[in-house]
Amino acid sequence: MTNQEILDHIRTKFTDDILSFDEPYGMLTIEIPPAKITSLLEFLRDSEELKMAFLTDLCGMHFPNQTDRELGMVYMVHSWTKNLKMRIKSFVSIKSPKVPTICNIYAAANWMERETFDFYGILFEGHPDLRRIMNVDEMDYFPQRKQYPLEDGTRTDKEDQYFGREGNYIQTFDQRADKQLNA
Amino acid sequence: MSSTTDIIEIDSLDNEFQTLNLGPTHPATHGIFQNILTMNGERIHHSEQTVGYIHRAFEKLAERRPYNQITPITDRLNYCSSPINNLGWHMTVEKLIGCKVSKRVDYMRVIIMELARISDHLVCNAVIAVDCGALTGFTYMFQWREKIYDLFEAVCGARLTTNIGRIGGFERDFSEDFHKKLKAFLAEFPEKFQEFRDLTERNRIFMDRTINACPFSAERAMNYGFTGPNLRACGVDYDVRVMNPYSSYEDFTFDIPVGTQGDTFDRFMVRQHEILESLKIINQAYNNLPEGPYHADVPDFYLPPKDEVYNNMEALIYHFKIVMGETKVPVGEVYHSVEGGNGELGYYLVSDGGRTPYRLHFRRPCFIYYQAYPEMIKNCLLSDAVVTLSSLNVIAGELDA
Repeated sequence: MTNQEILDHIRTKFTDDILSFDEPYGMLTIEIPPAKITSLLEFLRDSEELKMAFLTDLCGMHFPNQTDRELGMVYMVHSWTKNLKMRIKSFVSIKSPKVPTICNIYAAANWMERETFDFYGILFEGHPDLRRIMNVDEMDYFPQRKQYPLEDGTRTDKEDQYFGREGNYIQTFDQRADKQLNA
Repeated sequence: MSSTTDIIEIDSLDNEFQTLNLGPTHPATHGIFQNILTMNGERIHHSEQTVGYIHRAFEKLAERRPYNQITPITDRLNYCSSPINNLGWHMTVEKLIGCKVSKRVDYMRVIIMELARISDHLVCNAVIAVDCGALTGFTYMFQWREKIYDLFEAVCGARLTTNIGRIGGFERDFSEDFHKKLKAFLAEFPEKFQEFRDLTERNRIFMDRTINACPFSAERAMNYGFTGPNLRACGVDYDVRVMNPYSSYEDFTFDIPVGTQGDTFDRFMVRQHEILESLKIINQAYNNLPEGPYHADVPDFYLPPKDEVYNNMEALIYHFKIVMGETKVPVGEVYHSVEGGNGELGYYLVSDGGRTPYRLHFRRPCFIYYQAYPEMIKNCLLSDAVVTLSSLNVIAGELDA
């Protein structure tokens, strides 16, 4: 099955829900609204044509420049019988980062969602035990968010701009300061 | 030894439960993680896992490091088979930058990765025997792990945290010393390994101890995201090397051993047979090692030879650019997975064109399958839980990242 055929197949049920799609390095990547995640994953698992019944990976992302869709979720599913892989993304606002849990579909998602919560503060609604997993319970921030620099925040010798290059996301110290949480 | 079928669910208040802390540092856990067990006599009624004791924020660290400086981080994931992690990472970056390597590099990588798999499985299996009280096999097999480390040392100079290879190939071709040592290893190891097999595989005591110790169904294993030997022990023949071949694995003939009921003995036997299959692959790769360059022509990523750097302006520029992390990288996102010692080791890399990854996520098989442990050991004996933990081969470095 080609990526286009997979996409057409998903469109038969989720006509208006595919917000965008792409094929970076050959892997079909679609974006859907957070509310549709559970139903889409169940559809992919139960569909006779796709049989994507294995959750390969689940992780979070942070794009501070995307207003109202700063935090992203990435799901990767794999069909072992047909060897099809695809990636599903979903973005939420950092002010109310709520995503339905998929623990009831994949038991493997339990710790992966806890890890994502721990690092990015994404709240998984309906998760049986949403606690921090890697960091200490007393931690009051979400360390993988981009406003927390890894090193001394005043250090500029590693900024992309000094190497004649623009990354999509150049941060100065002022931009990095914890604006989003204070807002 | 134990049978879970005849145990009635314990919910009576008449029972007195005891809490037992297995870990964080305990001789039976082989790593720093805690299991808080609620015991009913010798049986485990409930257990809770605490992980993160050696969390080192690798994913955050990676967002501040140029691509070549991330390799040493990957060493410290599954430190029993570091070369697989290193080479998997190099292949991910090569996929991102669109770099094609020669067949010789592919075959050299296969040899190194399969050696790493053997050392990983040897330690795991020897430790299962130790947890059953058989220390002898362990002392013998550890010598052979040392010999594999000698081989890594001959390639890259390091033993445990190898940082082996470069983006685009290897830093140097296999040396004379390596060829000599590898030939000796391939000649002598099978016989010694056979001795270990004789000690354990048909050993009545060992079999009684491990057969039916915490079995797990294939369906539950899939639902829990199992991959690698632990999944294959449950009877599912999923192997990244076969399903999505990388590094020319499609050139080699080998079998995928599978178990039937996913108990400790099956996991042990799957690993034993994978060692034999890995030997087969190494023999095929080594005997058909193609001629050719040992690295690809990617001057933006592959450091030029040192004498060139001192005498040639262009080489000096590239050297500077690589060391300072000034290299141009395409914008995009890529997922690449390799068959690690414990299962599908995936790298999800998002690049925004900057000097470092925008986001790097490691799919760590240990982290994903260890959450099934409470379900596996429920109503089992404590001593079975200990051998099950060893047979899952939970590596704290990979668990906590």
